[in-house]
Amino acid sequence: MSTVSAARQAPAPRLPPLRAPMVFGGLLILFLLLAGRSLYLQRIDKHFLQEQGSSRYSRDLEVPAHRGRILDRLGDPLAISTPMKAIWAWPDKVEATPERLRALAATLEITPDALAAKLGGGEDFVYLKKSVPPEVAARVAALAIKGIHDDDQYRRYYPAGEVMGHILGFTGDGDVGQEGIELAQQSWLGGVPGSRRVIINRRGEVVEDVEAIRAPQEGRDLALSLDSRLQYLAFRELKAAVEANKAKAGGLVILDTRTGEILALANWPTYNPNNRSRAVRDRMRNRALTDTFEPGSTMKPFTIAAALEAGKVQPTTIVDTAPGTLTIGNKTIHDAHREGSLTVEQVVQKSSNVGAAKIALSLPPETMWAALSNAGFGSPPKTGFPGEVAGRLRPAKSWRPIEQATMAYGHGLSVNLVQLARAYTVFATDGELKPVTLFKEAGPVAGRPVLKPEIAREVRHMLEMVVLPGGTAPKAQVAGYRVGGKTGTAHKLEDGAYANKYVSSFVGFAPVSNPRLVVAVMIDEPSGGQYYGGSVAAPVFSSVMGTALRLLGVPPDAPISNVLLPPEGSEVREET
Amino acid sequence: MVKLNLLLLAALIACALSLVTSRHQARGLFVELERAQSLARGFEVEYGQLQLEQSTWAMPARVEKIAREQLKMQLPGPGRVQVIEGRPR
Repeated sequence: MSTVSAARQAPAPRLPPLRAPMVFGGLLILFLLLAGRSLYLQRIDKHFLQEQGSSRYSRDLEVPAHRGRILDRLGDPLAISTPMKAIWAWPDKVEATPERLRALAATLEITPDALAAKLGGGEDFVYLKKSVPPEVAARVAALAIKGIHDDDQYRRYYPAGEVMGHILGFTGDGDVGQEGIELAQQSWLGGVPGSRRVIINRRGEVVEDVEAIRAPQEGRDLALSLDSRLQYLAFRELKAAVEANKAKAGGLVILDTRTGEILALANWPTYNPNNRSRAVRDRMRNRALTDTFEPGSTMKPFTIAAALEAGKVQPTTIVDTAPGTLTIGNKTIHDAHREGSLTVEQVVQKSSNVGAAKIALSLPPETMWAALSNAGFGSPPKTGFPGEVAGRLRPAKSWRPIEQATMAYGHGLSVNLVQLARAYTVFATDGELKPVTLFKEAGPVAGRPVLKPEIAREVRHMLEMVVLPGGTAPKAQVAGYRVGGKTGTAHKLEDGAYANKYVSSFVGFAPVSNPRLVVAVMIDEPSGGQYYGGSVAAPVFSSVMGTALRLLGVPPDAPISNVLLPPEGSEVREET
Repeated sequence: MVKLNLLLLAALIACALSLVTSRHQARGLFVELERAQSLARGFEVEYGQLQLEQSTWAMPARVEKIAREQLKMQLPGPGRVQVIEGRPR
């Protein structure tokens, strides 16, 4: 009590004079510090803090985009991407019992030793297995081993495998095209993944869509001009022929004469795009488009057509090819078989080098060059395939007479097989060079007229004579259809000199009354004893053409027997 | 005045509660949408795989092998083919 009264009575104590301002100043400084801090957090550190905050509840999710399919002309899929998982690990974070690891190895179908080697390899990050089916990845996830994770990835499948390998090409990491159509059409086929921001709850489930940052762009499907049935047929027959003739390589092209579409394009050797681990670079080349060869006698019809158009000869004009050789300067041209006087038609039918050379020499080089150039030689076929070549056709000014003569029968210039097939559309149509394409066309495509229709028809008739008795390729005949074509047997150039190695070829069309297909066959270095185009390549042409016409439902224009039925009990003969 | 305030308070509470429920419903629907979308993606994937499987089964090589070996089919020779003209062209 006394203290209280004492305090009441005491006079108010005098505060030290600076106390109030100091307290006030101190509070002000603290307040300023707070204001400064909040300013700092709001202004300068804002992004960091907002990121930290939003990372607690919002996520940017990638929205995957499919790569488009590649389809054939009938809509059958030739290449499809399907999602897979890649299983990877942070080896130093892996915690698991040995049994767990064994279970993991068994799930991934690798040996426990291989797994241990991968995990103990001293790397920070290893892929345990790529392209794992989603079910397997789910089983791996169910093992719940710490440090083992999976990633989404796509894997592309090619149901036709080696049959289509060269045209389709393949994709590499990230499903990006690396070869063939996959590479050339990357921007059309490739999808661009989108991304969106979402809000997640504490269990990691997406509870709300905040915004779409970027809409995914799905890859588009691509329809090729190929017909899988014809492609398989071409591949099967080509492979059989290359093997039977012990050849080094071969190529086969089927063109539609109305649209210029490539219905089939087969090469041997080939590779399987689904399993490239053992594929050699050399086998991956699409030889029919990226390699050139000297065509040989398949060039003769173009020389003859040029001479016919220039009015130098008529189909029945007599050309003296005796004695089967022709000497120009210090070079001599030989015929495989000696003939005497031949008509121009017979020069084509019997494939006389001397006859063709004589006819060529009656033309000015410029005229002949223009005829060959108009038929598409020396310019790339523009199919849309990466890496196609133009072949070689030297300018007319540099031609010496001997060169002009040898070019008449296809030496001294080079072509690729697609170019050669394209050139024959001139004779298969009424003188139109059709643009070739690997992509499906909606309807007939107009070509570029390069030859008078009547001359195209005359040459077509000569080409039909080639497969008739007396011609070089009776084996190219197709039962039920009239066919026309030309053989080629060219010496191969090796180190600047012609070696005893050959390229045998046959290019033709059918049915002659209204050609639908052009088929070009090339067999490189046949070494089974036969090497003439008429005996190596013509039979392939015949079987491919016959089956292709039947598959496409083209009515026969030369039915063999419309009334004859097989006699009862006659032996049934296998026909392929 | 008090009556009006109470009325507004009641309205406010009702609004707040309806916001909560609609929010809840929206989340529920969104989860459902997500599930349906992932299901759709799954079906798309499965469709691709089925297409792949179908085209693998329908490979000309396989069809030909079965036709020749199991079904003993063969091409008729040209002598056994009869061409029938549909209508005069």
